[in-house]
Amino acid sequence: MTAQDDFVTDAMQFAPQLFSTALRMTRNKSDAEDLVQETFIKAWRSFHTFQTGTNLRAWLYRIMTNTFINKYNSKQRRPSETELDEVEELYLYKRLGSIDQSKLSSSAEDQMLELFTDDEVKHALEELPESFRLPVLLSDVDGFSYKEISEMLDIPLGTVMSRLHRGRKAMQKMLYEYAKERGLVNESLIEQGTGE
Amino acid sequence: MADCQETLKELERFIDAELPHVEVQMVVNHLKECTDCQGAFEFHSELRQVIRVKAREESLPAGFLDRLQNCFGDTIVGFD
Repeated sequence: MTAQDDFVTDAMQFAPQLFSTALRMTRNKSDAEDLVQETFIKAWRSFHTFQTGTNLRAWLYRIMTNTFINKYNSKQRRPSETELDEVEELYLYKRLGSIDQSKLSSSAEDQMLELFTDDEVKHALEELPESFRLPVLLSDVDGFSYKEISEMLDIPLGTVMSRLHRGRKAMQKMLYEYAKERGLVNESLIEQGTGE
Repeated sequence: MADCQETLKELERFIDAELPHVEVQMVVNHLKECTDCQGAFEFHSELRQVIRVKAREESLPAGFLDRLQNCFGDTIVGFD
């Protein structure tokens, strides 16, 4: 095995998760496929700059994120603060009381899984404005640290934190709206739930 | 020990494992004592896991991995 063979093998194992993230970024399959292919082509070309022993996964994600931002002419470097409405703290948690437990079939520990469908979670993520979607995606789904995200997106650490905070709250609000549309919310329970 | 307000303010960084060690201790101590904050902590940790599981795409397009392999194949030629 040459170093190049090793590199290909190592990089290929990240293909499924890169594709998954690319799909949430681009919001369509053909663009996502193009994005991952372009990422691999760039990675291969700059393979000699990759230092063995450092984090290959983070390196590939960084290439992909940069490619996405440049290619799709992203506005993420100059986000408008008005892009997201301010959502109150602990938005979803405070409304749990209004979820009609009798509409959920599973046991208590599985109820959170049943509360939202896969499509709803994907949709809520994809509906976030891009400057919030990328940090939330890289943190919540891909598990990168604030520092790694800050480097990937080339934004300060404090900006990563505030975008995560606001993006997550906005997502919770959307998830609650979806649960409402599916009839899981009981309005009379809301009165009790939010009463001080 | 942190109070409820401080704990809830740091909950996100705590779940993200981004809180400095000293503050982690303070939050942990508070969570042991306070069932309200414990509830909020459990809810948000679980929500994080649910999002992680549900936002992942399991299926790859047909032939995708083969096409990816070609990304390497094509450029090997130009490499020498």
